[in-house]
Amino acid sequence: MNVTVAQEKGEASATPAKRRRLVVIGNGMAGCRAVEEILARDSTRFDVTIFGAEPRVNYNRIMLSPVLAGEKSFEEIVINGQDWYDDNGIALVSGDPVTGIDRKNRKVVTRGGRIEGYDTLLIATGSDPFIIPIPGKDLDGVVTFRDLDDVDKMLAAAEKGDANGGAGNAVVIGGGLLGLEAAHGLSLRGMRVTVIHLMPTLMERQLDEAAGYLLKAELESRGQTILTSANTKEIVGNDGKVAAVLLEDGTIIPADIVVMAAGIRPATGLARAAGLEVERGIMVDDHMVTSDPDVLAVGECVQHRGLCYGLVAPLWEMCRSLADHATDQPSGYGGSVTSTKLKVSGIDLFSAGDFSGGDGCEDIVMRDASRGIYKRVVVKDDRIVGAVLYGDTADGNWYFDLLRKEEDISDVREALIFGQAFASGGGALLDPNAAVAALSDDAEICGCNGVSKAQVVACISGGAHSLDAVRSTCKASASCGSCTGLVESLLAVTLGDDAVESGPKTMCKCTSFTHDDVRKLIVEKELKVIPQVMQELHWTTPDGCASCRPALNYYLLCAWPGEYVDDQKSRFVNERLHANIQKDGTYSVVPRMWGGITSPNELRAIADAADKYQARLVKVTGGQRIDLFGIRKEDLPAIWADLNAAGMVSGHAYGKSLRTVKTCVGSEWCRFGTQDSTGLGVQIERMTWGSWMPHKFKIAVSGCPRNCAEATIKDFGVICVDSGYELHVGGNGGIHVRATDLLCKVETEAEAMEHCAAFIQLYREDARYLERTAPWIERKGMDWLKEALFAKPGTVTELARRFRYSQTFWQDDPWAARAGGDRRDLHSHIAEVRPLSIMENA
Amino acid sequence: MPFGKWLDIGPVDQIEPGTARTLPVEGGEEIAVFRTVRNDIFALVNKCPHKQGPLSQGIIHGNVVACPLHNWNISLETGRALGDDKGCVPTIPSKVEGGRMFLLRDAVLNPQIPVDDSDVAAAA
Repeated sequence: MNVTVAQEKGEASATPAKRRRLVVIGNGMAGCRAVEEILARDSTRFDVTIFGAEPRVNYNRIMLSPVLAGEKSFEEIVINGQDWYDDNGIALVSGDPVTGIDRKNRKVVTRGGRIEGYDTLLIATGSDPFIIPIPGKDLDGVVTFRDLDDVDKMLAAAEKGDANGGAGNAVVIGGGLLGLEAAHGLSLRGMRVTVIHLMPTLMERQLDEAAGYLLKAELESRGQTILTSANTKEIVGNDGKVAAVLLEDGTIIPADIVVMAAGIRPATGLARAAGLEVERGIMVDDHMVTSDPDVLAVGECVQHRGLCYGLVAPLWEMCRSLADHATDQPSGYGGSVTSTKLKVSGIDLFSAGDFSGGDGCEDIVMRDASRGIYKRVVVKDDRIVGAVLYGDTADGNWYFDLLRKEEDISDVREALIFGQAFASGGGALLDPNAAVAALSDDAEICGCNGVSKAQVVACISGGAHSLDAVRSTCKASASCGSCTGLVESLLAVTLGDDAVESGPKTMCKCTSFTHDDVRKLIVEKELKVIPQVMQELHWTTPDGCASCRPALNYYLLCAWPGEYVDDQKSRFVNERLHANIQKDGTYSVVPRMWGGITSPNELRAIADAADKYQARLVKVTGGQRIDLFGIRKEDLPAIWADLNAAGMVSGHAYGKSLRTVKTCVGSEWCRFGTQDSTGLGVQIERMTWGSWMPHKFKIAVSGCPRNCAEATIKDFGVICVDSGYELHVGGNGGIHVRATDLLCKVETEAEAMEHCAAFIQLYREDARYLERTAPWIERKGMDWLKEALFAKPGTVTELARRFRYSQTFWQDDPWAARAGGDRRDLHSHIAEVRPLSIMENA
Repeated sequence: MPFGKWLDIGPVDQIEPGTARTLPVEGGEEIAVFRTVRNDIFALVNKCPHKQGPLSQGIIHGNVVACPLHNWNISLETGRALGDDKGCVPTIPSKVEGGRMFLLRDAVLNPQIPVDDSDVAAAA
């Protein structure tokens, strides 16, 4: 225990009797700042005693991260050294924490038995780390990240390394601000670091998905392993010491030290025991007064107007109001708007306010993939309500200032996202077109292709009157696309707004790229997950919309078979529940019948299932199979289990995928049949089922030109003739009936199969999402199709090979997994509510 | 009163971020409980104001769900149809405490469209 009582100074001792006794519990940032603020207003009002649990002077806790990282020493983060206590006549009792408050007699008592009376008590106990209640949490080697002792433990672990003298393994539980700073420090200290984060996005409170993705990618490139959506089950020990961390999915991560950084909780134990009003934090009014007028509280331990704060800025504001009140000049604290910066060197990240979007909110997004920049400002009613900046945080404070002052930004709105320098550049620059017009002729517009303003203007004057035309002639904005806005402004300035021609339709309002551009760039830039596509291609929305998300999911799964993990959240309901939603919210279920062939056993199983699950309608479909209507989503896994048991699999009647292969009976039974059309149909269906496509895809095989299977209105149709097989493509029986075009004629079943696979793969790789083969072929032309397939020998074989390779990953029965218990959450209610009145009546 | 104001509907991690689950209410309207990728919880009556499609089955983007039947975009915060579409579905106030989700009991049993909703009032 260290007790230092400064000698009273001459001028202060003149009126000792009038001094009131102020006792402060907590020698942290809040407690000391409050004292500083009070002394600045009136240095003679109080005799101050500060109790601190840690055996040291007051230091800047938020700078522990740089200390861990080796960027600062402890001495550099001390706020108030011993001389401050001495100079101000403050008694510091450190290392002897207060253990009780006696409000009736206005005394506090410490662990060491010291009793101190007060007139005014200030509780500034801060917060405690939240320890996840899992087995192994008390093992030696499990630490938190709260004070200098924690830092020392982490440094010791880094020093020691693993059992074999190699680099030690550190596991950080929690991918929030604190956890990532701990991970960064441990990584710099030479440890192999794994971060386990429960949520899919790092720092999800401060960042949106796009910025979280960039951060994750950056940390991974620095050698950290980042596991998101990962749930810690247990910390495994060996001899009472940490050995590993076990995740819910069975993954085991070796660990020499585990840092719990899952969050903080206000430290309210003392206040609660003293009978003060406490909810999540100690309840205070606008003057930081608790339910006892003689007891004040400040900092992370308090709850003010329903909010608890875990950041430093609100604390300064609270301390000012507290000091105003304590010196009888009450001002009142009105709550804080907070902003966050991540203290990891080399990573610029800023977030402030509310960026969850929603009604009346408008997102202004700017992405610059080549420089790794993502900026998002959320505007509501002409005021900034939130901002997320990654890669370039220079304007963070400017946005934050506008946000806090609730300034009307309508005057600078157009240029807002470009930052303060641009937006405040004077009257002429407020209009982005005017700003672009003011650029010099040799100003570079497109960095990727080195195109100057003069070159773009020359290209526009030379006849390129649309964005697309500019892209294809002088290449400006044809690569990363980040200068698209500038090129559009140049078009408007050069031609006048009305004369600019619109280019091909973009994929959706989230992007300036077309479907074709996106597909091309996914392959060229090797983009492999949805957030990466959105970042690299400058999406203008944080996480897309209901129209681009399913398209991107398809493009990625088509481009990267075996690598891409399907994103169920980006699937339409039918493809997520593997059944067709009906207007009343129930589903219809269609088991596959290969080539339209069934058996008494299958029919019995279907009939039983229809009874058991109370199908309200049983209907034969146009695709030669049976549809059971009115099945509840909760019953789907069970009905699939029954159908699976009878040997049937999903018919994919719900998917942008191969639907059916319709057949006629063919030469086996029909007196006109020329080939075994049913046999070929079954083979084709066995080859193609389960494949995801841009849109639904139907096949038919007719045994003779009478065409009973209606093969000439299918996406791919086979018409058997005496000498072989005619292959037809691009038919459609929908709103616009379109008969097929003849693609070619082949002699063997094997060739027919090979061409079928090749045609499907070409369609999969080239067509736009939700484009059937009929409009696709109308758009591209039969000449293009034939050239694409036949101009270069071996193309058919190569396309067919790619199709079969893809099928090795995607051809499985999704019903079987669900029937086996997979994704039970999709098929069950979270709970049920039975109101009491109903229960009583029952 | 035997129960509190808030109804405990279980741990948050029962809902995968970016998805929704359903909560049937005996004698009342089924409720859809949404958890966004930002970990915010919202609860709405599970019926699109357009043709009563189950909103719980829609694609969620930001704080918006696209109805699975006809792609109407519904705000998870207010229950209002966005864009040119008009309509509103009742929202149920929710909160998360200690990792568990709570819905306002009265709103669960008797969901209401906010009275200050001028568009809906005019349409009704």
